[in-house]
Amino acid sequence: MTKSELIERIAARLDQLPVRDVELAVKVLLDTMSNVLAAGERIEIRGFGSFSLHYRAPRTGRNPKTGDTVKLAGKYVPHFKPGKELRDRVNQSMQMEEMVDY
Amino acid sequence: MAEALTKAGLAEKLYEELGFNKREAKEVVEYFFEEIRTALEHNEQVKLSGFGNFDLRDKSQRPGRNPKTGEEIPISARRVVTFKPGQKLKARVEEDAGTDE
Repeated sequence: MTKSELIERIAARLDQLPVRDVELAVKVLLDTMSNVLAAGERIEIRGFGSFSLHYRAPRTGRNPKTGDTVKLAGKYVPHFKPGKELRDRVNQSMQMEEMVDY
Repeated sequence: MAEALTKAGLAEKLYEELGFNKREAKEVVEYFFEEIRTALEHNEQVKLSGFGNFDLRDKSQRPGRNPKTGEEIPISARRVVTFKPGQKLKARVEEDAGTDE
């Protein structure tokens, strides 16, 4: 599912809201989430999961072309931890597929 | 550190920035996450350009251990969700995060 498919699916559920408004809303939601993470803060969505930052320590890397070593600074990377409802629903779907297969 | 952003905070943004009424704002936020969950539940990858991708991975059964008792218990086969941040989000977090803490 791409962003535009997500917009269509949300719009299909909300017939009083024009697709263009849903499009703007999805943009605001993703921008807000990105801004919050860029500011070093967490996102916690009950039943979906939480986004936080994980620190990566500085390390010595290597330029794959030249083989030269390069010092890489420490950095933060976004991390997602799925919540219980999402974990359970995704996992159940696999158990269901297996019941169909065998 | 500021409080975490929640669904209420996201709905507030839709109200402030787009003038959605509170009910509309709440519903859009709810369906935004619900449609992502539904896609993942149907083993469908979710690609949100600029933000990141939610991928699915099937893990086979592996040996595990009860950390309290040391007893061996197999960890059953399962499907898990992983998130791969997009270039844009990664770059923004790398540049800004932690610089003003």
